Amino acid sequence: MHAIYEKPQTFIDKATHFCPGCGHGIVLRLIAEILDAWGIRGKTIGLAPVGCAVLAYNYLDIDMCEAAHGRPPAVATGIKRVHPDHVVFAYQGDGDLAAIGTAEIIHAANRGENITFIFVNNAVYGMTSGQMAPTTLLRQKTVTTPSGRDPINSGHPIRVCELLAVLDGSSYLERVSLSSPENIRKTKKAIEKGFKTQMEKKGFSLIEILSPCPIYWRMDANEAMRYIDEEMTRTFPLGVVKDWEQKN
Amino acid sequence: MKQLLTGNEAAAEAAIQAGCRYYYGYPITPQNELINYMSIRMPEVGGAFIQAESEIAAISMVHGSAAAGGRAMTSSSSPGISLKQEGISYLAGSELPCVMVNIQRGGPGLGDISASQADYFQAVKGGGHGDYHTVVLAPSSTQEMADLVYDAFDLADKYRNPVMILGDAQIGQLMEPVEFHKKPKKNLPAKSWALTGAEGRKKNVVKSFYPVKGQLEEFNAHLQKKYRTIEEHEVRYEAINTHKADVILVAYGTSARICKEVVKKSQQYKFRVGMVRPVTLWPFPKEIIRKVSERVECILTVEMSAGQMVEDVKLAVEGRCPVHFYGRTGGGVPTSLEIIKKIVEIVPDNRAANTLLQLAEVK
Repeated sequence: MHAIYEKPQTFIDKATHFCPGCGHGIVLRLIAEILDAWGIRGKTIGLAPVGCAVLAYNYLDIDMCEAAHGRPPAVATGIKRVHPDHVVFAYQGDGDLAAIGTAEIIHAANRGENITFIFVNNAVYGMTSGQMAPTTLLRQKTVTTPSGRDPINSGHPIRVCELLAVLDGSSYLERVSLSSPENIRKTKKAIEKGFKTQMEKKGFSLIEILSPCPIYWRMDANEAMRYIDEEMTRTFPLGVVKDWEQKN
Repeated sequence: MKQLLTGNEAAAEAAIQAGCRYYYGYPITPQNELINYMSIRMPEVGGAFIQAESEIAAISMVHGSAAAGGRAMTSSSSPGISLKQEGISYLAGSELPCVMVNIQRGGPGLGDISASQADYFQAVKGGGHGDYHTVVLAPSSTQEMADLVYDAFDLADKYRNPVMILGDAQIGQLMEPVEFHKKPKKNLPAKSWALTGAEGRKKNVVKSFYPVKGQLEEFNAHLQKKYRTIEEHEVRYEAINTHKADVILVAYGTSARICKEVVKKSQQYKFRVGMVRPVTLWPFPKEIIRKVSERVECILTVEMSAGQMVEDVKLAVEGRCPVHFYGRTGGGVPTSLEIIKKIVEIVPDNRAANTLLQLAEVK
């Protein structure tokens, strides 16, 4: 009988610690599906971040390394220099990648490190109880922006893909979302493109994934999906920002 | 064949010869000869060299290469080593082997770029957060720099622990003849824990995170047990004239070179000065210092700091004899005359010691 749908081998069969409605489980599963389908589990090394996905290595059945908060791009660089023919990816949240680790991601991109970055942007710090992220929207309420993010005191949401696009070292940058089955399929395609970019040694790839955090957005799951489509995408438009296959 | 090299260059070449193929650093005086040398030599041997965007990134790259099973190294000087503390704590917590060179300069803050030994506490007491130790080796010559860097990689692999070479601006920049003795690698354990891709085996995870209650305490007990083993087996020191001495000097690195001069001068007089030069600052050579403290009038610790190692000397002596301190800071280097004057000051009956003073002053 032909299986239409099954649990990826690379995804360890256990309950995750993620909150109800969280997007992390979906993204980790997509990675596992790709590693299975491409048969590259044994030659892939992942980086887990500090933040909600800190325990990613408990769910993916591959070699994985911890990194200090913000440092996955540098740690991944060190791994890739030892294993240049392996697939190395770093899984990072918005605080990890766009606040404390800003220097590391910019310089990894600038060196054109042949590594794939899975950047989960949920516009909030979930692990630490819902504080402002560098990607928190203007007027968005968080624990540390109780009246909504005011740019005069707290700055503006950082558009990571656009920021990295100006660097000559970046090769593939795309922003996707988890707001619908259709968008999840697009997310999977984007991650595949990121891994392809790396396997063909085309350099730095980053997939920014707009992901729901209903708990700290104080919404139910449906509202969170609508929030991505109607609010987040106005600040963070979906689509390819840079693609080495479409030189223009 | 001997080569004329700075201590910094000797450290770099020794690392290459010890099989280090991953070097990541950020320029800072007075260790620049090291990163400059690596930028030329690493490509020659097919290794990786990256001038990182920061000290934090450099130690994190070391983290990655060490986790992937490579022999990795970084180097810096005091302010840069402060930045690396985050990474060093993670490396210790992940039990990753690597070598770090600190060519100390004056502090605190930006301080200056002259020789200093004021990072002793930071190096031997951990430095970053958590209960951990790095093995700390203190060369006092260019030749010893080369030899210790080679050993540092073996020690790191043997114990899965970061190893620090603690030098200073003089040890790093002084040019001396140096020979690279290629020693056979010791029987080191295979890196079965390394991240190489999980093909045909269970996955490996390199981490320092133990969120389940009880696990972290268990892991810390394992670390402490490892540290006790290192203390038991890896202490190194040089003892000079300790059997016939009235007073013992304790000093390492540049300070030890100057103290050696005082020891040498004293040999022709009735008043005898001996010395203990710790080569491993951690593990600290407590046993020899305890032993000599039982038969001398007093001990004088000489450092280029406001008094850091002297605390460990006192802990080793446990009150068996007085422990004195002489130090210079902020780029000041003790002279042999200053050390002799201090000896005269601290020895209760100083008639014999005075003869030393005459010698030093006549000269």
